[in-house]
Amino acid sequence: MSAIHAYARARACASGSATPVATVRHVHLSERPLVFVPLTLAGEANAPLAAMVGTDPDRPALLVVPQPRNRDLRFGFAAELADILLPYVDSFAVAAGEATDGAERPDGPLSEDAPQVLVPNPGGVEFARLFGRSTRFRRTQGEYAVKPSVPLLGRWLTFFAECAEHPGSSMMLAATDALTLHWATGQSAVEDANLAVLMGWLAPPPGTTGAQAARLAGKNPAKYPPAGPATDPRFDKDKLVPAIAAYDNAVAAPDTSDSADSAALRRSAISQLESVLRELLEPTWKLMWQAIALLRGLPGGASVAGRWESDRARFAGFHEYLAEGGPPQARRDGAVAAARRLNRLEQAQAALEAERAFDDPLVMADHRISGEAFAGTVVAVDRDRRIRNGSGKGRLVTRPLVTVRTEDPVGLADGTKVIATARRRQDCYIHAVDRQGDHVLVTVEARSGMGRNSTPAPGSVPKEGDTLCYSSVLADRVRSLNLPDVSATPWTHGGPPTPYEPNTDDAGEAWE
Amino acid sequence: MQDQTEARLRRIRGLVPPKRHDARTVAALTSNPGCARRAVLDAAGVDKERLARQVGFPSSFGQSPFAIVRGNVFEKRVTEDECVELLQLLREDLGIDLPVVSYADLSSTDRTGDTSTDRADEMLRARYAGSRSRLFQAIVDARGGGASLFMHPLLRMPVGGRPVYLEPDLVAVQRGGSLQVIEIKSFPVIDGQADGAKAAAAAIQAAVYVLALRRMLGRPELVSDDVVLVCPKDFSNTPVATRVDVRRQILVLEHQLARLTSIDQLLETLPAELTFRMADRRDGAVAESVIKLTEALGHLPARYVPGCLSVCDMAFFCRQEAVGCTAALGVGVREQLGGVETVAEALGLADGTVAPTEHQTEAATTLRTIVRAYTSALDLSGKPRRRRGAE
Repeated sequence: MSAIHAYARARACASGSATPVATVRHVHLSERPLVFVPLTLAGEANAPLAAMVGTDPDRPALLVVPQPRNRDLRFGFAAELADILLPYVDSFAVAAGEATDGAERPDGPLSEDAPQVLVPNPGGVEFARLFGRSTRFRRTQGEYAVKPSVPLLGRWLTFFAECAEHPGSSMMLAATDALTLHWATGQSAVEDANLAVLMGWLAPPPGTTGAQAARLAGKNPAKYPPAGPATDPRFDKDKLVPAIAAYDNAVAAPDTSDSADSAALRRSAISQLESVLRELLEPTWKLMWQAIALLRGLPGGASVAGRWESDRARFAGFHEYLAEGGPPQARRDGAVAAARRLNRLEQAQAALEAERAFDDPLVMADHRISGEAFAGTVVAVDRDRRIRNGSGKGRLVTRPLVTVRTEDPVGLADGTKVIATARRRQDCYIHAVDRQGDHVLVTVEARSGMGRNSTPAPGSVPKEGDTLCYSSVLADRVRSLNLPDVSATPWTHGGPPTPYEPNTDDAGEAWE
Repeated sequence: MQDQTEARLRRIRGLVPPKRHDARTVAALTSNPGCARRAVLDAAGVDKERLARQVGFPSSFGQSPFAIVRGNVFEKRVTEDECVELLQLLREDLGIDLPVVSYADLSSTDRTGDTSTDRADEMLRARYAGSRSRLFQAIVDARGGGASLFMHPLLRMPVGGRPVYLEPDLVAVQRGGSLQVIEIKSFPVIDGQADGAKAAAAAIQAAVYVLALRRMLGRPELVSDDVVLVCPKDFSNTPVATRVDVRRQILVLEHQLARLTSIDQLLETLPAELTFRMADRRDGAVAESVIKLTEALGHLPARYVPGCLSVCDMAFFCRQEAVGCTAALGVGVREQLGGVETVAEALGLADGTVAPTEHQTEAATTLRTIVRAYTSALDLSGKPRRRRGAE
């Protein structure tokens, strides 16, 4: 919990309406996102019960598993979901080689745009991860065969769920996470996890405050059902148990001479289930689109496009990998692969934190409170200062000093690298911190971004009276690790892992 | 003294059989040990679920019938034929030394449904005595090379000065005499990983059993620090056994149980006539009862935090009471706001309209820094301070 977020919560609590904790949008929002609201059957290991899915707010597809304990019906659900998700993914064409602007792009294929899957909450991401896990290894021939689209769906779902873990990726977003990144409510994070309650705060109906709308939504799970994947136990007991039992009875009914009758019975049981589940899913479906509209109302942060470009590259890379017949993702990473992935995630996290702060003064405010950044007015400049490089023995270099007067609680040690929000190309280092009662005089030494001449280029050094904000929260905080090759995994980490080969055990895995 | 406490608690409970603690509620105590309201209600055995419903804040716990069915099916599968499949898992996968095993099901045999206090108490005491002597005997036998497996033995442990009965799924006595707690859970372990929250809850519950066993035997070294969780593997119904080290949970439990204010001390501060006797629906006195019950709850200071929502039946009532407290927004929020008790106070200190008390000066400085950073950030971005209701 950041200080700004805590304060914003307090203000929201006092005023009864949500308070912003961001001034720009920090996530990318696609023009054409795929909204996916999955439900599972309680007690089972990620057994799908139903889902509402689609790109058109007015025409969602409803998928239902009439008996979630039936393995074949589960794979039927997977195939139906694949029929929606795969064409959606494929609609984002991937061009190999170069980017549209003609610039050289050595990093491989790029797509003009990429798919974006939006789920209600982190539970939705977890559903995708587990559903991907339970389908990506399946075989399409022989024993336990499933439709060819099923394992492909599994690979894509796994890919999306992995992206969701990647800081800064917008390929798969949980609505509650995306919303609370931008607004604070007057309730706790525990309560924010309920999309209906959260949206009560963020978009209350006319005439009610956020607090009132949230309380109403929290009190009435029948009208504002949980956004899944788990269903309300009372709903299970009162509506789902009888509806599924009716289906079971219809299926088990003796196949009398009049088979049209039993088929009709089954159809009516299914349509009854569909109507029960549609009623349950529809409120969340609507909230999802409301949430999207809310987020679209914010201007995009400056660095959002850059991060989406990484997403596009990731998407194109995986698309190509699948096109070349790449095997399904392994059950677990080997030691080196896991360490690499962790390092990548940490770097992405550091880069994201830095970028968000540079994009958004409200995010930067947090670093100012924690002492990692400071803002103030330039009170003195030694523009033409030149010193000898190295330990005083090298050639003369230009090293201007800039002194900023700030009231922020600066907590930076001499020698810490800082960069000003308005001067991103100039690396500076803390030269001196002079505490003076109610304010602090911070002197920074500029080391780059001043041109090649012996005197700094015009405008390349701040002037007295400038207002600046320097931050030490920078993207290069986490270094790349020097990790061994996979084939050189040390014995302490189990030695080189045997390469993953899809096997029949995985393909025939029980799912009961 | 004990009798006096007993009588007092009976009065508080109000002439109905007590709701008993179980491993879940003991584990829950450790998550918010400073809450006197829950401590007293639990010690007296008040039916909190019913109480919460009567005062108009029904809890929303409850298990789906689907989950119950699946849990039962799995437990039956693991324990059928005297746990033959489980024993194989324990021997082969975990290397637990259980050669020929004497198996005993010590589950309750009471099918009468009699819940009158005295009789139920008597039954529990008898079952506990039986379990205890069987376990001691098994330890002696184990020295001679035997091994035993007990299903649902009954253990007892004092909590806040009152005995609480606990029933682990299984306790194995290995050759040599060391004991192993085994719990059957129906959440899946997929590729060696289980849901973090569920695994954590299972670990702390199992730690309650380890602690109870240790205290009952008086020989802590005999009971393993590891517990065995038996869960469905991947997406199947096949059991997989996993060792979980619960040393940390045991430390936490011991610490929290020791600092649980003993019930006697809590009772001393309460009015003598305090009772949570609930009106029967039929006697038409419900409305009056609600006022009285709410008033009675007012005598018991609660310590609400959002975490209560997932563990305590009274949470919605306490949350309503705690509106405007910083802790109700999250423990982290309260810390960030300098530990100040209420939102109004925090905002007042932040904008300078409330003068800080002596021990609030530091908090006030922090809060003023926050408010300055917040407003200057909004000025920088040229945004209005207050968001309008979004469309």
